[in-house]
Parts: sequence; structure tokens; C-alpha cells
Amino acid sequence: MGLIDKGRAPKPLTWLLNYSRKYSLWMFQWGLACCAIEMGAALASPRYDMMRLGVIPFPASPRQADLVVISGTVTDKMAPAIRRLYEQMPDPKYVISMGSCANCGGPYWDSYSVTKGVDQIIPVDIYVPGCPPRPEALLQAIVMLQAQIQNEGIGNDQLQKRWRGEPVVIDDPHTAPVVLGPKPEPTAVPVV
Amino acid sequence: MSTTEMPSAPDFELERSAMRHLADAQMNVELDTGDMILNLGPQHPATHGTLRLVVRLDGERVIAADPVIGYMHRGYEKLTEFRTYPQITTLINRIDWLSSFANEVPFVHAAEQLMGIEAPARAQYIRTILTELSRIATFVLFLGEMGLQVGALTPAFYGFRDREHVLNLIEGATGGRFHPNFNRIGGLKDDLPWGWVSETRQVMQLVLDSCDQFEDLVVGNEIFLSRTRGIGIIPGDIGTAYGVSGSNLRASGVDWDLRRDGVPYLAYPDLDFKVWTHSAGDSFARYWVRLQETRESVRMVLQLLDGLPAGPVMAKVPRIIKVPEGEAWVETENPLGQMGYYVVSKGATGPFRVKIRSASFSNVSILPWLLRGVYVPDVVTILASLYFILGDIDR
Ligand code: SF4
Repeated sequence: MGLIDKGRAPKPLTWLLNYSRKYSLWMFQWGLACCAIEMGAALASPRYDMMRLGVIPFPASPRQADLVVISGTVTDKMAPAIRRLYEQMPDPKYVISMGSCANCGGPYWDSYSVTKGVDQIIPVDIYVPGCPPRPEALLQAIVMLQAQIQNEGIGNDQLQKRWRGEPVVIDDPHTAPVVLGPKPEPTAVPVV
Repeated sequence: MSTTEMPSAPDFELERSAMRHLADAQMNVELDTGDMILNLGPQHPATHGTLRLVVRLDGERVIAADPVIGYMHRGYEKLTEFRTYPQITTLINRIDWLSSFANEVPFVHAAEQLMGIEAPARAQYIRTILTELSRIATFVLFLGEMGLQVGALTPAFYGFRDREHVLNLIEGATGGRFHPNFNRIGGLKDDLPWGWVSETRQVMQLVLDSCDQFEDLVVGNEIFLSRTRGIGIIPGDIGTAYGVSGSNLRASGVDWDLRRDGVPYLAYPDLDFKVWTHSAGDSFARYWVRLQETRESVRMVLQLLDGLPAGPVMAKVPRIIKVPEGEAWVETENPLGQMGYYVVSKGATGPFRVKIRSASFSNVSILPWLLRGVYVPDVVTILASLYFILGDIDR
């Protein structure tokens, strides 16, 4: 992908590339809580049947996936594992956050053990509101993501990073950056 | 509670499997296979969410299994201290998310008991119907899912198909597919919509038909039988000692169902139903018992629809609910087993403390005992047949 690395792909090629990518999304299901059952309904029930949108929901590992759907409550204990599996996915990768819990903590907004939003640890492309969102809502999220993929240029800075796999920094001023691995030594706090 | 004797597996089968195990152990010594630690989860399709199992293996066999829980701990018991009573029902139906309606019932009962209110008869009947519907929704999913875990994909689609039918009914009555939050202290939010009863009758017929389908597809399947028969046997006394409850315990031959044997609640005393048990205690028995219970629930719903009394669905309750000082313990038979709430009130608008006894937590506590000595592929079958919900384990 030399052209893409340089950010200079001819327009028809970009179109073709995006067109093929958007209809062959391999989706890694991250079922965490109640929303996972609705995701299951969207995937497996004959009534919704997500596979007709070109989403293949059965990759055996995150290393084969383009898209991860975080559906359910993210707890502080689970957060490092989510971060780790996200990092294992090949670039370019997309994240859908499904349900109020993954969006912002949902009904557990004041709980001591729940991470208030998965966007504190990984960047999110599409948020699906609801508790739980109906399977139709997840289907629409997929359609929106496909539109987004179709319109992606290759030259744009942020997308360059996405293709090269450089870490995407979450610059949210309200949350401290997530540090994986050994904790840094606490700096001495001046006693007032 | 009565415990029957140990399940009697055919002797020949037992002997053969013992020989197989011996031969296997011998092979492991010869090949010098050391211990291997296998980490299942916290993200693993067989663990229904986020259970993590640390399994020590010798060759293909499990020496020790250690469940690591807490990945779905959402702090319900603490959160209930900061919510008012009506707000808590919104929260607690997310504990066991497959049968949300059934979770609300014991808590609402506890509050009603403390306030000295009783819901009108019609409300009790509708509550019973919706509880049984959520039991059906939970079990048809299990009947399909279990097929998936032994490698058959089709039953899973069937399970989701039937669940959709039942969820439609629940949505029609309550407005919510998943988390209805339909119970109020003193009754229900609304009466049943017009035409709901006849629709329910039709859907119940569909569910009965699909139970027959499951019987043909799964129970009569040679592969399914050989993957589940004699695998993961829980003897009745050991199950009782670990606090296993619900269908898992009844599959071990213990004839105990809170709907019949507990403190009478809802409309169950008026109903005529059979409590199904199986003497084998293996994965197959757990599947079979749930299949029969699905049919039994259908029968119960039909009885309830026939005997549905007229009248209001809400008792007289004050606008602002304050529960007088006191303590109450209410336990019910939920789809996954015995679920209970111990509510301590200090006379405020919210409880002082709520202790939640959830079925799955006790059901999976038997895993270290149960998984010792089984083969790795059977771990998945046993986990699936125990049927737990992570929210119900970690709360
Ligand atoms: S958003 Fe609601 S339904 Fe989804 S996981 Fe959270 S509590 Fe459950």
C-alpha cells in the first residue's frame, strides 16, 4: 500500500477500496452485558439478520476483525482487557459503542466499579443510544459506519494515522490518560 | 427439601469411562505432558459474557478450574442505598438480563410486605403471566444456545426466533422488549392492551410447536447425546450443599421448586402444575428439565389467561412512597434459580440496605468441584448447561 502510505491514492481507487471494505466488515463481538443479547438478536435472529449488511460476525479473534461492537457495561476490572484486545486488532479499525453503559455509564453513572464510557479507553466511531438499543438501532449504526467508510479520503491526517496504525490519542480533558503496565511513582504532594 | 439418592448411571458406561481416564493418565505420564494453564475468558464465547476460568490442564484433562468473577460487578447493593424504591426496580431488572421481569417481583413484594399493601388479584395474575413469559424467553434461548455450544448452529437461530415472539408479547404489554420496569409498588403500571390475550394464546401454541422441534432436533441427536450424557454430573446432595438451585438442582433429582414449596406468592397457589425432575444430574438432564419446564410454563400461562380476574391493577398507594421501618426477606423461583432480596428499611424513601441473593452466583460456585477431571471440550458443554448470566453472578 505504498500509495496509501504517502496519502496519494487516485480517486477511483479510493472509491473502490472503500466500497469493498464497507461490505466486508469482520465484526468482533464484545458482548458484555444485557446489550449483548440484543446484539445477539441483531446477529442471529432471523428477524434482523445483520449478515445481509455485509457484516461477518464470527472472527475467532480480534486479530482478524475490522470492527468491534462494545455492547454493555464496561467495568474498571474489564477496561484493561478491552484496551488490550483493541490494540490487537489490525488497522484500520472501527468501534461501535452500544448502549448507554458503554456510552457514558448509563444507569450506573454513580457506581464505584463502572467505567463511565468506553471512550475513556478506546476511541469510538459510532454511539448507539438506548438501554438496551433495539437491534434496529444497531443495524442503523452499521449503515452509518458504512457510509463513513465510503466517504473516507486517504489523504486526511487522522485517517493516515488510522491506516498506518499509529496510536489514536484520546484528548479528552476530563479524563486522565489510561496508563497500562506499572503505575508511575506518585510524586510528592506538598503538605499545605 | 427432599434429596433423592445418588443418580444411577449405567455401570458399564461408568466403567468404560474410568478405563478411558486411566489409559489417558498413563499416556500423559508416558508423553511427559506437564501442567498447562489455560485461560478461558474474560472474553470467550463459551462463557456467556465475561466469566474468566483459569484451568490447569494435564494433557486434555482438567486438574483444577478456578473461576475468576467480578468482571461484570456493577455495585447494585451499594447503588440501591442511593435510590428511592420506585427507582430501584429500574435498576434491579438488569441483574439477570434475560428474565428482567422476574427480577422485579421479589423486590416489589418485599416493599409491599413492609408497607402492608397487597396488589389486586388481577395485578397478581398479570405479574405471574409476565414472569412465566420471561421464563419462556430465557429457556428458549437456552435450548438454542446449548445446541450452539456443542457445535450445532441451527438451534441458536430457532432459539432467537422464538424469543422474538415472546419479546413481542412482553413489549406489547409493558412497552419494553428487554427491561420492562412494569411493576409498581402496589400493582402494575397499566392493564393489558386490547387483543393481547388472544395473541398470547397463539404465541403459546408456537412455543409448544418449537419445543417439539427442539426435541426432534437436539434431544434426539446422536452427537448431542454423546456430548452431554454422563458429562458434568452433579449429585443431588452435593448440589444442595453448594447452594445450586432452580432447574440445575431439579435435574439432579431434588424435587424442590419455590413456586410450589416456598412461601406462596403471586398466583402460583391457584395453579395446577408439575415440577419436573430428572435423576441423572448430567448436562443432558439439565437440558431436558428446561425443555419440560418451558412446556409447563406454557401450560401455566394458558391456565392463567383462562382464569384472569377482572378488576383494578393498582392498589391505593401514597404518592410518595415511604416504607416503614422493618426488614423483609422475599425469595422467588426465577428462571435461573432461587432469587431473594433482603430489604432493610429505616423509614425513608429509599432502603437502608438491600442484600441480593442471586441464583447464578451459587450455581457457578460448584464449578471448581464439577470441572475437576473433565475433558477440555466438555468444559464448554458443562458451562452452557449450567446456564448462568454474568450480571446475576457479579451483580
Ligand atoms: S445500556 Fe442498559 S441494557 Fe445495555 S448493558 Fe447497560 S444496563 Fe444493560
